[in-house]
Amino acid sequence: MSGHSYDAENYWKANLRLIFGSLIVWALVSYGFAILLRPMLAGIPVGGTDLGFWFAQQGSILTFIVLIFHYAWRMNKIDEKFGVHEE
Amino acid sequence: MSQFAINILFVGGSFLLYIVIAIWAKAGSTSDFYVAGGGVHPITNGAAIGADWMSAASFISMAGLIAAGGYSNSTFLMGWTGGYVLLAMLLAPYLRKFGKFTVPEFIGDRYYSDNARLVAVICLIVASVTYVIGQMAGAGVAFSRFLEVDSTMGLMIAAVVVFLYAVLGGMKGITYTQVAQYCVLIVAYTIPAVFISLQLTGNPIPGLGMFSTHTESGMPLLTKLNQVITDLGFNEYTADVDNKLNMVLFTLSLMIGTAGLPHVIIRFFTVPKVADARWSGGWALVFIALLYLTAPAVASMARLNLMTTIYPDGTDAAPILYEDRPNWVKEWEITGLIQYEDKNSDGRIQLYNDSEAFQSEAQARGWEGNELVVNRDILVLANPEIANLPGWVIGLIAAGGLAAALSTAAGLLLAISSAVSHDLIKGRINPNISDKGELLAARISMAVAIVVATYLGANPPGFAAQVVALAFGIAAASLFPVLMMGIFSKRVNNVGAISGMLAGLTFTLVYIFVYKGWLFIPGTNNLADTPENWVLGISPLSIGAVGAVVNFAVAFAVSKSTAEPPAEIQELVESVRYPRGAGSASDH
Repeated sequence: MSGHSYDAENYWKANLRLIFGSLIVWALVSYGFAILLRPMLAGIPVGGTDLGFWFAQQGSILTFIVLIFHYAWRMNKIDEKFGVHEE
Repeated sequence: MSQFAINILFVGGSFLLYIVIAIWAKAGSTSDFYVAGGGVHPITNGAAIGADWMSAASFISMAGLIAAGGYSNSTFLMGWTGGYVLLAMLLAPYLRKFGKFTVPEFIGDRYYSDNARLVAVICLIVASVTYVIGQMAGAGVAFSRFLEVDSTMGLMIAAVVVFLYAVLGGMKGITYTQVAQYCVLIVAYTIPAVFISLQLTGNPIPGLGMFSTHTESGMPLLTKLNQVITDLGFNEYTADVDNKLNMVLFTLSLMIGTAGLPHVIIRFFTVPKVADARWSGGWALVFIALLYLTAPAVASMARLNLMTTIYPDGTDAAPILYEDRPNWVKEWEITGLIQYEDKNSDGRIQLYNDSEAFQSEAQARGWEGNELVVNRDILVLANPEIANLPGWVIGLIAAGGLAAALSTAAGLLLAISSAVSHDLIKGRINPNISDKGELLAARISMAVAIVVATYLGANPPGFAAQVVALAFGIAAASLFPVLMMGIFSKRVNNVGAISGMLAGLTFTLVYIFVYKGWLFIPGTNNLADTPENWVLGISPLSIGAVGAVVNFAVAFAVSKSTAEPPAEIQELVESVRYPRGAGSASDH
């Protein structure tokens, strides 16, 4: 795969786009909802406290799991689409 | 059966299991020893990563930290899980494609420099050795409390067991023992939590129980907890923090540090395919989350249980008489981890926050200072006793704590020994060494590492408590950035990478040492380690993230002003980006 070919480049771009999107969500739930934006979410009650607290202690972890599985699943599709998947 | 006999049975039983696995999974080649032959299923690898990652700190200390700090210590929950997103997307699949045995080997090849490899080896060894001391010390604590043996004796026993499966089986033996250890530790962590959640909220799932209604008072558990502790002068459990910058940077440092720790990264070299490396990142986080979603519940419930134990008739009534204290308090008093001093000589236990704001109320009630000091590390270990659970649960906790400490220690020892035998001995001293010779060298360096770690675990240097800052600081500021740039940039060259690593590392170490003392020697710090002295309110624990930025910036700036990497290196970067053609990890 000494790829300066058009496809290899687009494959890498597709990967970067997916990573970029995933990391935006990653940052939003942890640094956003759980920390910096917590005061804004203070009005949304969750079991005796607020949504920001839930994101800090559980919500962000659950989101991280979804993000990784989504990434793995999408990347495997992208691998196949560009024909760079392993046999 | 006595509690002692039960503990022996559980711990002995689990150790026997590890030894049986060790004999079954003996390593026959360097590939077996370094990467378990490269044939580990992604789910198996996920469980092994879970045990590898969850150390004595996660199992024993984390819930105690959260119980004490409430919301503000959520940083550990997010920081120690969010790093897996970075690993699964930014490092693991490409390093797996690269297909070599060690992390420094990638750095040496990608930056076509033996010096870069050497710097990486040094970073790896310092980070891993400091980290392993904490594990051995943690194992020592568990031994002395549950098996009533001298902690040095306990450590020796643990060292012999680790020796058997790590030296014999290498990564292969470690992988399968880690899977067993994961099962032991997760069962041990979950069972007491389920009982406590049932007792307090009627909900069998602790992670949900913490957000449901406290049966006795009829209000949400966290509201009840907030009320009880604010009555005694403590901050609200769910209170927001003022210094958000520091909270963000601390979380980020833990995340980047997690992604850069070599003993975790090398676990991804054991799966057959690049796609499997991605999946195992997800599975690893699932297995980790089973504990991490329960930990905040354990924290809040144990804090409430502790308070209601001391104030059985409510916070307005008098606290419990010292004579009437429960048995677990007596047991832990013996270890010195719970201390009581009757300051106002009324024979009762006053537990409250000795703050300025609470001064007048304390005086009105005739209190002359907080009388009970509870070491937060005992929270998880004492949990079954606090909830009056049967003796076998206590035995299980003992086996679980040891499983957590030993599985992480073994992973770290493997990272250390492979760096020594593969990167130093084969890479630098004797490149013509045979596979058999290298395997022997790997086993000997593993054995030496175990002896050193056991010695340091039994005689922990004064800085043992600062290990987290150091290990994560080094991983975040030195290893993570060069690994990431090695994959995502073709322009960063050998000089850039080395300058970046050294700049990030120096910056981070200097900032830590200024507040914590040079080489952690007490009294040599230039500034007191208090928030007023921190630059922009950034604590030395949070500086790793800034060090990583320094590393990136210096590496790019230096690379721009020097020659670009040779064509074959740019080809190498290309090749790690595409999964096709990944054989199992190999030497050549």
